Amino acid sequence: MKQFFSFVKKEFYHVFRDSWTMVILLLMPVVQMILFGFAISTEIRNINVAIVAPEHDELTKMITDKLDAVDYFTVNGYFTSMEKLDEAFRQGDIDCAIIFGQAFEENLYSADGSSICLSVDASNSNTATTMAMYAQSIISDCIKELSPYVGAAGIAPDIKMLYNPQMKSSFNFVPGLMGLIIILICAMMTSVSIVREKEKGTMELLLVSPVKPLTIVISKMVPYMVMSFVNYLTILLLATTLLGVPVAGSFLTLSLLSLIYIITALALGLLISSATQSQLVAMIGSGMVLMIPVLFFSGLLFPVEGMPKVFQYFSWIVPARWYVTAAKKLMIQGLSFRYVLQEFIVLSSMAVLFITISLKSFKNRLS
Amino acid sequence: MEDNVIIAEGLTKCFGTFTAVDHISFSVKKGEIFGFLGANGAGKTTAMRMLCGLSIPTEGKAVVAGFDVETQSEEIKKNIGYMSQKFSLYEDLKVWENIRLFAGIYGVPEKEIAPKTDALLGRLGFEKEKNTLVKLLPLGWKQKLAFSVAIFHGPKIVFLDEPTGGVDPMVRRQFWNMIYEAAERGITVFVTTHYMDEAEYCDRISIMVDGRIEAMDTPKNLKDEFGVESMDEVFYLLARTAKRAE
Amino acid sequence: MMLKYLLEKEFKQFFRNPFLPKLIVFFPVMIMLIIPWIANMDIKNINVSVVNHDSSSASEDLIHVIESSNYFILGKVTADYDEAMTLLEFGETDAIIEIPAEFEKNLLTTGSSPVQISINAVNETKGALGSNYLTAICMDFSSDFFEKHNMAAAGNINVVSTFNMPKLNVSVQNRYNPYMDYKLFMIPALMVIIVILMGGFLPALNIVGEKEKGTIEQINISPVPKFIFIIAKLIPYWVIGLLVLFLTMLVGYWVYGLWPENGFWTVCLFAVLFIFAVSGFGLIVSNYAKTMQQASFIMFFFILVFMLMSGLLTPLHCMPEWAQYFTIINPPRYFIEMMRVVYIKGGTLHDLWPQFFAHVFFAVFFALWAVLSYKKRD
Repeated sequence: MKQFFSFVKKEFYHVFRDSWTMVILLLMPVVQMILFGFAISTEIRNINVAIVAPEHDELTKMITDKLDAVDYFTVNGYFTSMEKLDEAFRQGDIDCAIIFGQAFEENLYSADGSSICLSVDASNSNTATTMAMYAQSIISDCIKELSPYVGAAGIAPDIKMLYNPQMKSSFNFVPGLMGLIIILICAMMTSVSIVREKEKGTMELLLVSPVKPLTIVISKMVPYMVMSFVNYLTILLLATTLLGVPVAGSFLTLSLLSLIYIITALALGLLISSATQSQLVAMIGSGMVLMIPVLFFSGLLFPVEGMPKVFQYFSWIVPARWYVTAAKKLMIQGLSFRYVLQEFIVLSSMAVLFITISLKSFKNRLS
Repeated sequence: MEDNVIIAEGLTKCFGTFTAVDHISFSVKKGEIFGFLGANGAGKTTAMRMLCGLSIPTEGKAVVAGFDVETQSEEIKKNIGYMSQKFSLYEDLKVWENIRLFAGIYGVPEKEIAPKTDALLGRLGFEKEKNTLVKLLPLGWKQKLAFSVAIFHGPKIVFLDEPTGGVDPMVRRQFWNMIYEAAERGITVFVTTHYMDEAEYCDRISIMVDGRIEAMDTPKNLKDEFGVESMDEVFYLLARTAKRAE
Repeated sequence: MMLKYLLEKEFKQFFRNPFLPKLIVFFPVMIMLIIPWIANMDIKNINVSVVNHDSSSASEDLIHVIESSNYFILGKVTADYDEAMTLLEFGETDAIIEIPAEFEKNLLTTGSSPVQISINAVNETKGALGSNYLTAICMDFSSDFFEKHNMAAAGNINVVSTFNMPKLNVSVQNRYNPYMDYKLFMIPALMVIIVILMGGFLPALNIVGEKEKGTIEQINISPVPKFIFIIAKLIPYWVIGLLVLFLTMLVGYWVYGLWPENGFWTVCLFAVLFIFAVSGFGLIVSNYAKTMQQASFIMFFFILVFMLMSGLLTPLHCMPEWAQYFTIINPPRYFIEMMRVVYIKGGTLHDLWPQFFAHVFFAVFFALWAVLSYKKRD
């Protein structure tokens, strides 16, 4: 035990001596939280609308004003030629065009009615759908006002947005970012620091000493575990104070979950280090190659349920996916421990598995 | 005076409050083998880096091959060779590729590189290793190769930073023979070492203690001055006053 | 002349590395083959559970309408709200529709009987889209119901002439992407991610790698000018970056049938500038870093910021004002805009002058900085 502590002390000394890395590690999550928490958003706003109207009658003016009055639409162009319109679309000056039909106001009460074409930039099919929906509802509200009768509600639904009534993107991004930052820092730090010792030949020195490989490996992980936990607390603090993301469930359960996730991530770094010989490979492996699956398979950006089945199965082997799912349940939905039991079990088994495999490979090299 | 190729006057380097090199002054003559001795941490490497133009002096001045270290460091670099304590050829390049790279960098004409490479490998007895990756060579071979590369372009001065660290006595002997050959061709050799038997091979030596030069003369004069039999004892007498420890 | 020898060295070292040549082929191909299928926001499979308090033909009809919709998968139909809620908590259902008691009766008599929809909005996009789709379905259901029972939309007044009623036909035209395929949006962006990772991450580890090995000393002691040394480091990554980009474009063409018809040369022109800037940035990081670990953390930090603040994954116009100003100094922003304009909208250089000048600026700026930040002396 004494031996273990002296090892841990040595590792702490190593980590803290490199003050630049320390600053980067502790500051990185802060900057990322601030940038992403505020800036990353899929909420529709600032949509530039162009108006194409053959006649400038009262009604087109009314619809134009209604659109402009809404927060998320800005009318910023009147076009008469389709070529100019096309150019404006290509250059990204406008996102949406309202093209009024011929004799718009006149035809409104005719048997055929008048027509409007909503031309939306559908490069991004998601925002296009939403843009069109918003514009349609504003236009139909305008028309309803002209109608002499009050329509029946029918089964117009009464909608309740559970857990996120203000529809904030950050509720979805914050748990995802936690998953991303923790795993990248932990896996990268451990794998690189172990491979570095291998490159320099000092690892051999440690492995031939009477100290057990397990002691060496664990003492290497402890400082990073502490730092990651500090990162976790920082992120959580920023998320709750700055972004208003709740911790609706139990803070203790969330912390326990995060601790297990940190250990899993460290163990993953260990696994990578046991499979690689050079720092370059360890870094690219744990940084780049790991970043992509975590970014795309964790539900941070794209919901896992929307993926083809094969990839949904694949996401099972991505630790971040389990963590992010559980963190959302605990933080946002405020559910209790029994709802995240599955994720706890999966993450812990992953940690045990990774550590066992990498210890085996360390021992094999010795014999 | 004009055949002094290295002149240092009050050369000083501080890192924060720590004075690594403290007002050293000396000069080295053309064709001389100048031994630069000192315990670990005495400031040898720092002094050498200043002379090579790798590090800007905090105070004082030095002229190397006729150029000022502070203002004309790039001119100096054209006229010197360097081999450091840390082995510094490219491990993932083959033997001939390393020679070709450094020859090219120092402006050896393309046509001359290949024949000169073969001649060099012949002299070293490395013909068979021409296509070997440097990382696969034994340490002693690497050191000899690195030295050969450092003087390939015929520099006026070659700086050697503990060139024989970690190699066996056989190779060390061979290495010093190479140094003598280089000196005979008129190349000034500036070498740091902490092997005292190697100090005896030098024309003149200086001994650094805590960033200052405490003694500088031929090995024989130094032994006489201190009244001892070997350089080891001279070094011991001086070094025990050191306050810095590594 | 010196440049030639240094370039030879860089290329040999790169291709002799046991890992890197494989990486630049397999990594881009894998990403291009897999990510477009999963980077998918088209929310088609929303699981809906129904809590039905009214066993009538109208409620059965509504359930049927939901079941046959493309967007929804009908889950459990139950009369117990708590049961449905538990399903939602376990993530097995995304939305609950509660049909009130006397649903059909109220509809027939008053023309109004609102249903209650509870939707999991943790993912706000999914929540918004789901509720929009469900609202649309309910509207359709209402008008069908009124038609079927011969009721006018204006309540239970039986005969209303359609005369004097405003009639407006709204049609939606989806420009550039008539089939509303999100892959079209993602693929050019993925190419950019790959180029940034390959062209930026690898050079960031290069110079600092030479520092750790000690070989940089041998260069610093030589008369190699800073400018030549940095150019010799830049060119290989520039070539590699371009090769990687073409590789991803070929995959884009073969697998997804995407090719910049009018703008191939525009892409080339921008790529030449962009990769120069990105690799330059990588070298800057490498110059400042003391260890490879530091370099990769700094790089990782910037790549994440670059990527997430560039409009790559979330639209720029959805960001708050201040964040949009911030993207002005984000080089990938312009490259992504270019890729999308060329790939999706068929634009050319003519549409992209501001982006072009931004590229020129960043290429010069980062290359200069890379040269200046490389210190041969300390």
